[in-house]
Amino acid sequence: MTEIHLTGRAASPGLAIGPVAVLTVALESRRTPGDPAQEAAALKAAIEGATTELAELIEAEQGEAADILEFQVAMLEDDALAEGAFAAISTGAPADQAWRAVLDAEIAGYRSAEDEYFRARVGDLVDIRDRVLVGLNGAAQSTAIRGGSIIASDDISPSTFIATDWRCGGAILLAAGSSSSHVAMLARARGTPMVVGLGPLSWEARPPALALVDGDAGTVVFDPEPETRRLFEHRMSVANAARAVADAGRAKPAITADGRRITILLNIAALEDVADLDPAICDGIGLVRTEFLFEASHGLPDEETQYTVYRRILDWAEGRPVTIRTLDAGGDKPISGLTVDGESNPFLGLRGIRLSLARPEVFRLQLRALARAAVHGTLKVMLPMVAVPSELDRARNLLDAEIEALRAKGIACARPPLGIMVEVPAAALRAGDFEAGFYSIGSNDLTQYTMAAARDIGAVADLNDTGNPAVLALIALTVEAARARGVEVSLCGDAAADTSLTKTLLATGLTTLSVSPVAVARLKATIATVNP
Amino acid sequence: MHDVNASRASKTSVPLTASAVLVNPVGLHARPSVKLTQCAKGFAATIEIALAPDGPWTDAKSPVKVMRVKAPQGAMLYFRVAGSDGDAALAAVLALVHDGFGEA
Repeated sequence: MTEIHLTGRAASPGLAIGPVAVLTVALESRRTPGDPAQEAAALKAAIEGATTELAELIEAEQGEAADILEFQVAMLEDDALAEGAFAAISTGAPADQAWRAVLDAEIAGYRSAEDEYFRARVGDLVDIRDRVLVGLNGAAQSTAIRGGSIIASDDISPSTFIATDWRCGGAILLAAGSSSSHVAMLARARGTPMVVGLGPLSWEARPPALALVDGDAGTVVFDPEPETRRLFEHRMSVANAARAVADAGRAKPAITADGRRITILLNIAALEDVADLDPAICDGIGLVRTEFLFEASHGLPDEETQYTVYRRILDWAEGRPVTIRTLDAGGDKPISGLTVDGESNPFLGLRGIRLSLARPEVFRLQLRALARAAVHGTLKVMLPMVAVPSELDRARNLLDAEIEALRAKGIACARPPLGIMVEVPAAALRAGDFEAGFYSIGSNDLTQYTMAAARDIGAVADLNDTGNPAVLALIALTVEAARARGVEVSLCGDAAADTSLTKTLLATGLTTLSVSPVAVARLKATIATVNP
Repeated sequence: MHDVNASRASKTSVPLTASAVLVNPVGLHARPSVKLTQCAKGFAATIEIALAPDGPWTDAKSPVKVMRVKAPQGAMLYFRVAGSDGDAALAAVLALVHDGFGEA
């Protein structure tokens, strides 16, 4: 037996090891249909029975789980849900077929929704459908899942999740699924690791007995070799101990062992990244990547769409500073219709601010939306890939022109501070030459441009090291320039979350780090151990 | 945030209309829909919602139908209300939207 490695998408962090429980839903019809009146009565009774079962489950739950079950009750109590099924029954259809057909049509409507949140409700509708079918067909409820199991399935319903005892570990592996589903929200809330999008889980002979789940990386190993298992168990015990300590301190300020207060900001791509988090875990948002707004499928976003998104993020931050980076397309982030195809070296081509200045109509729209959003909180605007001061000056002139135009029309707006991302060595070496409102060091690109080594080329990956003295010297120069000019400086690349570099980065004089939300607890715990 | 153009008519026969932007993070989905329908059911007036000022209109008391509207975050939601307690009903549903359904 050889171990099998699969990679999916992380939906809930954490590590787990346990026996594999393969979920299959068998809801075969085992009944003889009666006349339409009997069938209608049977469906009515099954719907009422399902509603009562859910109401009993709600009694035992609270918070998010209770809300989700209440949604299912509200749907079941609404006559609109089953009216099509009763109509089909009156023309002779058996109750279970009629119900299944109507619910499957409803589910198809959700599955085709554009909005991820509505697609993610498929699980709830399937749950409703199957609970009523079980009532109709008299099938025994699916066998209870033993606590501590790794559930492997195409998808899993919220009520199955809630009915499972997660107190002694376990995890969820889904062939399909979504990190926005109710189950994923529940899994995150309960600390159950979950990986979705693993693709078809088909076993050649029989299903695997044991699985190792890494909910941080979104990976799973089935039937591990003893050595793989031993290493994983070691990682787990270390991680568990660290997490217990870190979680306790997540909402507290980050303070080094020698008493320095470090500002912790978040890197996000969309409001969804933080929507279910308490803003108290951070001191603000250090980087909002706006590329997601410009994904090809939707075309270029209009001013109103951008304004609404920016504004919602500011609302979430409750007055804490929010740094939004203007479109950073190009390089490894092509956007069709905007970026240039076929550049011989896209990382040295028309990307970031260069592209924005070359396509001012797209850039001005974004600046206008940002200036309007600035009224609603503490907004800062950051320009990516700046190499020379004239780029900042040209961007500033464009921003000023848009603000003037908005004011002339009587539209509420404010002037956000305009800062630069320091990721080109030229900008780091001469940081003091820029009249920037603030600096934010983009350590990923700064490292690859300084070391002339890409992260995704394995043969040179060891050169791509932010801890290299050359890169650290550029960081220190930037920090010094910021201090001399009396403006803020932060670091928002992956290095900020690399706890093996924390001490080194703080030694350059940095006092602000920006990381993804999942990294906050660990970073704060590491900072607490830093002595000069 | 909240762009209410309540047009008032004499007494009850002409429906009241208003609109508001969905400011809560995820649009009119599971929990917001339940809250909206629960609120709407507390009034005798007929309450309908739409994504455009001229409809199509959806019964705001049916969670199944409200979910079918799939109103995303940032959408402008239009209300049409008719009935003796229409004033209070409109104020209540608008307050709910304005408040982000308590989840903003």
